[in-house]
Amino acid sequence: MRTLRVLFTTVALSVAASLNPAHAEVLKVAGPWEITGIDPAQTGYVFSRLQVAETLVTANHEGEIVPALANRWSVSGDGLTWRFTLRENARFHDGMPVTGEAAAASLQRALAGVGVLAQAPIEDIASDGRDVVIRLTKPFSALPAYLVHFSTIVLAPSSFDAAGKVTQIVGSGPYKVKSLTAPARLELQASGGWWGGKPAIEEVSYLAVGQGETRALMAESGEVDLAFSMLPVSVDRLKANPRLDVQIATIPRTRILKLNAASPFFDQIEERQAISAAIDRAGITKVILRNPDLAATQLFPPAMKGWNSPDVQPLVRDVDKAKELLAAAGWRAGSDGILEKDGKRFSVTLLTYSSWPELPPIATALQAQLRQVGIEAKVSVGNSSEIPARHQDGTLEMGLISRLYSIVPDPVGTLLQDYGPGGSDWGSMGWDNKEIQSVVEQLAATSDAAARAPLQGRAVEILQQELPSIPVTWSELAIVSNKRVSGVQVDPLEVNYGLSAIRWAD
Amino acid sequence: MRNFLLARLLQAGLVAVVVGALCFVLMRVMPGDAAMRIAAGRYGPDARIAEAAKMVRLELGLDRPLVAQFLEWLGNLLRLDLGHSLVTGSPVIHELKVQLGASVWLAASALALSLLIGPVIGLFSGLKAGGAIDRLGLAGAVIFRAIPPFVLGLMLMLVFSKQLGWLPPAGFGSAREMLLPALTLALGLAAMSSRVMRNSVAAVARAPYFAFARYKGLPESVVVRRHGLRNAAIPVVSYIALQAVYLVEGVVVVESLFAYPGIGHALVHAVVERDIPMVQGTALAMGLMFVVIAAIVDLLTHWLDPRMRRMA
Repeated sequence: MRTLRVLFTTVALSVAASLNPAHAEVLKVAGPWEITGIDPAQTGYVFSRLQVAETLVTANHEGEIVPALANRWSVSGDGLTWRFTLRENARFHDGMPVTGEAAAASLQRALAGVGVLAQAPIEDIASDGRDVVIRLTKPFSALPAYLVHFSTIVLAPSSFDAAGKVTQIVGSGPYKVKSLTAPARLELQASGGWWGGKPAIEEVSYLAVGQGETRALMAESGEVDLAFSMLPVSVDRLKANPRLDVQIATIPRTRILKLNAASPFFDQIEERQAISAAIDRAGITKVILRNPDLAATQLFPPAMKGWNSPDVQPLVRDVDKAKELLAAAGWRAGSDGILEKDGKRFSVTLLTYSSWPELPPIATALQAQLRQVGIEAKVSVGNSSEIPARHQDGTLEMGLISRLYSIVPDPVGTLLQDYGPGGSDWGSMGWDNKEIQSVVEQLAATSDAAARAPLQGRAVEILQQELPSIPVTWSELAIVSNKRVSGVQVDPLEVNYGLSAIRWAD
Repeated sequence: MRNFLLARLLQAGLVAVVVGALCFVLMRVMPGDAAMRIAAGRYGPDARIAEAAKMVRLELGLDRPLVAQFLEWLGNLLRLDLGHSLVTGSPVIHELKVQLGASVWLAASALALSLLIGPVIGLFSGLKAGGAIDRLGLAGAVIFRAIPPFVLGLMLMLVFSKQLGWLPPAGFGSAREMLLPALTLALGLAAMSSRVMRNSVAAVARAPYFAFARYKGLPESVVVRRHGLRNAAIPVVSYIALQAVYLVEGVVVVESLFAYPGIGHALVHAVVERDIPMVQGTALAMGLMFVVIAAIVDLLTHWLDPRMRRMA
């Protein structure tokens, strides 16, 4: 009994001792992303968002390309040679200067990998003193936008082993890695030699917390100063908390219905327009996303200047029109209320995945709404890789996906992939439109805003008319911070969370 | 003793081969393309997965015959090499070290906490079988055993993190963060061990030697300590081996809930991402945990119960 008592006292004492929170000088951050490996193509975004590593150029919150490691750049008259001049006072965390040679070597590695550089028409990457010189096979005005992508972070030579594999992240940002306990914890420390000055907060601790509800609890209990990607269900509750600030930004991510336009169900434009008219976007956004402003009346949200067009006919619900269109396409109601044509029932599989927790409930809502116009959609929730797999083997009928249009800050990059010949994993399927391909190609070749505007308008118009994929909802990013800190800003492009500008509120 | 250790080693070897083979076969017969899943696991749902999958297939040699791939794994296992994670690229053994350490700590804390709660309640319930404490103990045991660990964990989070603000709802690194997940598991464990203890204390309390100790005029505390505890502890210790199942199963759920980076958490991710070496490694670690717990329990009962030693 005495041993028990001693044991109990020891446990009680050690628990009590550890109940006092650690000294409050560390900025505690929680986010959903786990750090699976440190290859920039895989998890570079963690290190770019937390300002450990930097790219040559970056994007501001309006999506404009602004200097980062390179403070100026130019392109030759024929549009084939780009020159990025590195700033003189940039240093890696191991004390070495960021030279043209080191930057070019890091980018060459990114070019050989799975990142976005492989998708740009790049001939080669070389260095010339303090310049990084990128030669192209054809003019490509979106190149700087591609260099914002996290897979192109510039790492010091000491990051790589002899085989060229990344073994540690030695970047050039305001924070350096103090310790990394994959997959969940990353401790950062002010690096001391950043060209942009000294961050106000010396230490940052990032914790990967997969469950959104748990992140909300951590913010409410004051365990974290900052939590990213809050679920719509928690946002209202967090907003009501006097100790917390919630900031929300619309991000260039749209949830769309990817349709197989080669299948007998969706090969006519009337059928696709009917599906769109059957969808109750207002209801879905109000109930599931708790924000009716997210109803996607066109592909791109209003925040995307130049891409959201005031001239197109907005996509709205109109059940009668949906029924008319389906009748015009030759579909007649069968005995059980499901439409039929040439002896074939209008019954399709709606495939989605749960990487985004809101997709399965939206799919279920769509199932009920399509049933009202006589379409049977069987919902199947799988792994995110099933969408590309079923695209490749041609068996996909309908998929509900979440598509990001700022993989590079210029949506042209994504449009080139998604609506090019043969479509793409996350874009069109069985839909070939020569006009949009030429419009997007022209957009990729020019950076003159005046020349781009009509082309952008036309691209949006074609997609709105033809509906190769049907916009359902836009998305927003909510971040919550404790009033202990100030200077928190939400970056709609999720390129950089601006931790170096955050300070303790007095 | 030597025979005992040899038998346990043999058991561990068998567990390793069976678990490894089972994982391998099960992961292979699951629908879907492994290269696609690995690519999605590596590069996330926004990437060009089909292109990445082509590179993954080449890099990992997923097109080779299955038998060759399995024999290679077995050969490596004999050299104590568990291979590399297909997603992160780092050695499985290295990842397991971190995760297993975290899980063992969690499981051990949960067990220690449950032994502080369960047997103590069981002791007082058993000494006065049918009394008020006994009835309360029974009600508590039924409730805590019936609530699934993830619901219990959420409830504890709501009370201790949100309402009271005493403990962090997630994270790892210090005892503060360990407390809630450990308590979640411990309450479920204690629910059972308190009843086992109660029954065995009640049985001991009815035994003639216990009554004789009281007739001798020994104070109650001495009676319980000298004649009650050790005898009553034997079934409780044997029962811990059975609880290991609940513990390992609970670790998977509780770790995912509390963002606690242990074996269970890793296993869930590895299954989703088709990271076969990681699945084999984590399942192996769990299987061996059973063997080790069973061995420790055997040794403990041996030490507690002199009758077993005479038989051996």
